[in-house]
Amino acid sequence: MASLPKAEPIPVEADEHVQIAFTLNGVSVQTDVLPRQHLADVLRQAFRLTGTHLGCEQGVCGACNILVDGKVARACLMLAIQADGADICTIEGLTDSGIIADLQEAFVQRNALQCGFCTPGMLMTAHELLKQEPAPERKLIRETISGNLCRCTGYHAIIDAVESTARARREARDAS
Amino acid sequence: MTAAAFAYVRPTSVEGVLEHLDSGRDVTILAGGQSLMPSLNMRLSTPELVVDINRIEALRGIEQRNGYIRIGALVRHAEVASSDLVSRHVPLIARAMRHVAHPAIRNRGTTCGSLANADPAAEMPACAVTLDATLVLLSRRGRRDVPAREFFLGLFETARQDNELLAEVLFPVARPSERFGFDEVATRHGDFAAVGVAARATLASARFDALDLVLFACESRPLHSAAAAEIAVGQSWSPALGDAIATAVAAEMEPIDNLHGRGDTKRKQARTLITRVLERIVHG
Repeated sequence: MASLPKAEPIPVEADEHVQIAFTLNGVSVQTDVLPRQHLADVLRQAFRLTGTHLGCEQGVCGACNILVDGKVARACLMLAIQADGADICTIEGLTDSGIIADLQEAFVQRNALQCGFCTPGMLMTAHELLKQEPAPERKLIRETISGNLCRCTGYHAIIDAVESTARARREARDAS
Repeated sequence: MTAAAFAYVRPTSVEGVLEHLDSGRDVTILAGGQSLMPSLNMRLSTPELVVDINRIEALRGIEQRNGYIRIGALVRHAEVASSDLVSRHVPLIARAMRHVAHPAIRNRGTTCGSLANADPAAEMPACAVTLDATLVLLSRRGRRDVPAREFFLGLFETARQDNELLAEVLFPVARPSERFGFDEVATRHGDFAAVGVAARATLASARFDALDLVLFACESRPLHSAAAAEIAVGQSWSPALGDAIATAVAAEMEPIDNLHGRGDTKRKQARTLITRVLERIVHG
């Protein structure tokens, strides 16, 4: 079986499995993939990380959002083979880290989820927004989550949850 | 949905890419993948070989070069959106970038990829035509610089040959006398536009010395209006002038009926957008 050293152009045939190595939720992992497999499938099937939801597999719904090298990306719009050498964080890793515990609590308090299918992707998007903009206006929150489809809540409760988390974080920071 | 099987290679040099492009195989370039991946997943695209250019350092970077801002093939939309060079020297792109897709897509999607893909509803092709950007194409036979106004041929169709790589795009640095406008109608923020307008005007107080007005999304390719310039140049702004320009452009349009609406609806939307964009340009 071929492996892909960091900066080598080793070609992989269509029916050939190749070993990739990457950091997944802080742990070094390896797995074998075919070139045509997208990353969301591999995360769900090889690593049983089923918090990465697959809604549309064409980049529209946002349910499969993950962090790639710290930035939000659609796991369905990346080949698994491209994760080789990357730092990947799924909703499971982000949850375990504790850094979005307040955001998750706000989602529960505000009823910002019903069926929960969109929630992992929403949390990823909201997490990135709150990192970049500690005081987002509702319009900005709405624009930012416009790439995540929710068919239950009508979005208002999600915007409320993101807004209240931002406010609480600012108050906590000002108080300290 | 799983893509049809394809072979994969990730060259570490531009030469490596060009070799694969010249191999006679059915090759697709993978940069940001935000249009290619849906198309692969849905099997609308079934290449034999995917050439991943993501590890080629030479294709990164935004730089200023004698009168141009150079954006390499691997520069993501998000980098362009947060670039000081772009906001200072290519304000039209900075303004249009707010309308390009959603954060997760902008983090990976590339500006050159959007140009090479030539989706009629995408913002970057329209901006490139408005600014008369230069697209730099490389092949084993050498380099070809193609003006944006000659690059977009039709629906997802460009002047790029199968063996060529769009390596970078050069946007002219804005002159102090130039003003820019951009707006679009989309169902949802970040969605592909139903109708969009991009404009560059050279103004001497309120008089137009030049006007490049481009209508996009409802046409098979960006429409660089000849009539708008003809009517505007030498004239001072008035609502009547705006109306005359909007009427003339609406007559030039060949809007496509689709899910976003009928052609006549798009003509009306275009007229409204054109006057709105021009008014904003004139009144700052």
